Amino acid sequence: MRKKVIAFAATLLLPVSLMANSGGENLEPANIDLHDHKSLQNGAKYFVNYCMGCHGLKASRYNRIAKDMGLPVNPKQTGKTGKEADQVADANAKLITENLIFTTDEEGKPSSLGSLMLSSIPPKDAAKWFGAPPPDLSTVGRLRGADWIYNYLKSFYLDPKRPTGVNNTVFKNVGMPHVLWELQGWQKLEEGEHGHHLVLDKPGKLSPEEYDVVVRDLTNFLTYVGEPAQLVRKKYGVFAMILLVIFIGVAYAMKKEFWKDIH
Amino acid sequence: MMQGLLNWIDARFPLTKVWNEHLAEYYAPKNFNFWYFFGSLALLVLVIQIVSGIFLTMHYKPDAEMAYASVEYIMRDVPGGWFIRYMHSTGASAFFIVVYLHMFRGLIYGSYKGPRELVWLIGMAIYLALMAEAFMGYLLPWGNMSYWGAQVIINLFNTIPVIGSDVSTWIRGDYVIADATLNRLFALHVAALPLVLVALVFVHIVALHVVGSNNPDGVEIKKLKDENGIPLDGIPFHPYYTVKDIVGVGVFLLVFFAIIFFGPEMGGYFLEHANFEPANPLKTPEHIAPVWYFTPFYTVLRAVTLSPFMGTLAMFGAIVLLALLPWIDGNPIKSWRYRSKAHTINILLFAACFLVLGYLGVKPVIPMLKELGTRMTEIYFMFFIVLWIHSKPGKANFVMWFLILAAVIVGIDLFRYNPEATDDASQIVWQWIFPIGYLALTLLLPGVVKSFNTEKIVPERVTS
Repeated sequence: MRKKVIAFAATLLLPVSLMANSGGENLEPANIDLHDHKSLQNGAKYFVNYCMGCHGLKASRYNRIAKDMGLPVNPKQTGKTGKEADQVADANAKLITENLIFTTDEEGKPSSLGSLMLSSIPPKDAAKWFGAPPPDLSTVGRLRGADWIYNYLKSFYLDPKRPTGVNNTVFKNVGMPHVLWELQGWQKLEEGEHGHHLVLDKPGKLSPEEYDVVVRDLTNFLTYVGEPAQLVRKKYGVFAMILLVIFIGVAYAMKKEFWKDIH
Repeated sequence: MMQGLLNWIDARFPLTKVWNEHLAEYYAPKNFNFWYFFGSLALLVLVIQIVSGIFLTMHYKPDAEMAYASVEYIMRDVPGGWFIRYMHSTGASAFFIVVYLHMFRGLIYGSYKGPRELVWLIGMAIYLALMAEAFMGYLLPWGNMSYWGAQVIINLFNTIPVIGSDVSTWIRGDYVIADATLNRLFALHVAALPLVLVALVFVHIVALHVVGSNNPDGVEIKKLKDENGIPLDGIPFHPYYTVKDIVGVGVFLLVFFAIIFFGPEMGGYFLEHANFEPANPLKTPEHIAPVWYFTPFYTVLRAVTLSPFMGTLAMFGAIVLLALLPWIDGNPIKSWRYRSKAHTINILLFAACFLVLGYLGVKPVIPMLKELGTRMTEIYFMFFIVLWIHSKPGKANFVMWFLILAAVIVGIDLFRYNPEATDDASQIVWQWIFPIGYLALTLLLPGVVKSFNTEKIVPERVTS
């Protein structure tokens, strides 16, 4: 009986590990670390500077990502007390407002820390410019997966046949231009013996290694934004598992005690 | 004090009577095994779904413009919202896992047989209501897969001759799936069907407690009673099975919470990746697959290509046949423990066939898998015929039935075979092995080798 239960539980759990890594074929692993605050901050910085002109994160709020990136703007979340907590929170709020918030409210003031991370692009015009309005990226991390985003951002190449002048090996004929070109430079598609591959034609401001870090941080940030709860849920999970194992132990002992006289 | 209160209540409501009839003096067979956990677990999941569902409705907005955003609002801004949402989404899949295992238990121990036909029928009604409930709930997040999945399912009504398109328009409340559809499915999902489900579950249990529970030996424990009228092999449900079921609850919750906390998407099977973009009527997902618990029937639908309506009929027929099991299987022996080896093989192959059908439903259609879907559909339906033939293992001419059914399969193959469609044709040519192999194992083998067709004597008392 006990063996059967364990075997059964194992078969139910098995698919979790088997299916944990999903995504397309031939994608390089993104190797992100969701708990790396520096990486998340860097990703957020690049996102608001290079992406948010067109793509919003309308499910997300500035103060929430600030907290999850280790820059809480609420004194109670700083882990400090009294005046010190206020000082840290104020400093963080200033940092966020100055570096991440580029949009304004109706009165022309910078959007508040609690506001949603909306893009200022007019969707109707955007649809005209790009063929389709640039999608909101709140849940793109869950739609595409980290590996896909990471590879996509590294796979733009020059293609004179496209209206934007670029194409992408991960997302064929994508409507999006290569917005990170000044960082990466321009790539060319070269046909080789083993299919095609991308080579850097004109270098950008960053070396390939530095660009890799930027793309990885952006991927990290977008993956986090897709599901902020993933930063904490595994931690709760460990507690839940420990509690339940104890519960099962007690329940089993109780069952044995009650069933002593049944043969 | 407590006794006084109890007396006061008992004078006005039969509390003690109900408690005794359904728990403290409800005598259940003492030999319940692993398979008997899933009834109480199904009840637990129903409660989880209702409670988590109530909390979700406090924040969810059934509006095509706001639904997707409100779910993401629950996931981020509602304290603990992600936990409630994952309870509900994981609970939906858990419900089907538990119910499928519960039904399989009924199948192997013959629990659907007299006097429990009504228990089985009510259970099938619960299963149907559950499928409707799950389908409607799946539209509510208003993701792109929600939208297109609902499109496929509602369009099934389109296949009804003459009135089909009017019926599906009536169901949608619009010419396409739109705000009106979302609103009404929300109403049905949170009010109508939960009421139906709870009522049916109540009736299911009342009916069960009148006839009494079956057990792994398929022995009627009520036949042998002691001088007090208590079944010799029965033990009071409470405390014995309440304390036992609590262990089951613990193990179930361990798995359930492991999924919620460590892999709530379950690799895209519990929460599909394509559902993480908002519904878009202009953008069809690359590959539309229903959620896993519908996929076996979806494969049946796709396998029957005579006409769309025939496909729909076959799909519903696959479910209706399950409801008819008490009248298809006329063998007086309930449990597979005492029936022939051929019967055991039949049930195991049916279970395997159901799993393969489910797997095929999430895969894109390529010739090999398409033909496999057809073959598994053939086995699915033949299972019921073979089960009927096994009703009278002593009298039935198994070899004759093997030849008849094999001839039917070959006839269908000849009808389907088109040498010009080379891919499909070559698949037909080798995959006949599946249905013929199935028939060989369940009919030819017991027809030729006697030991596969011998039944054992059912003991008077339960064994362990």
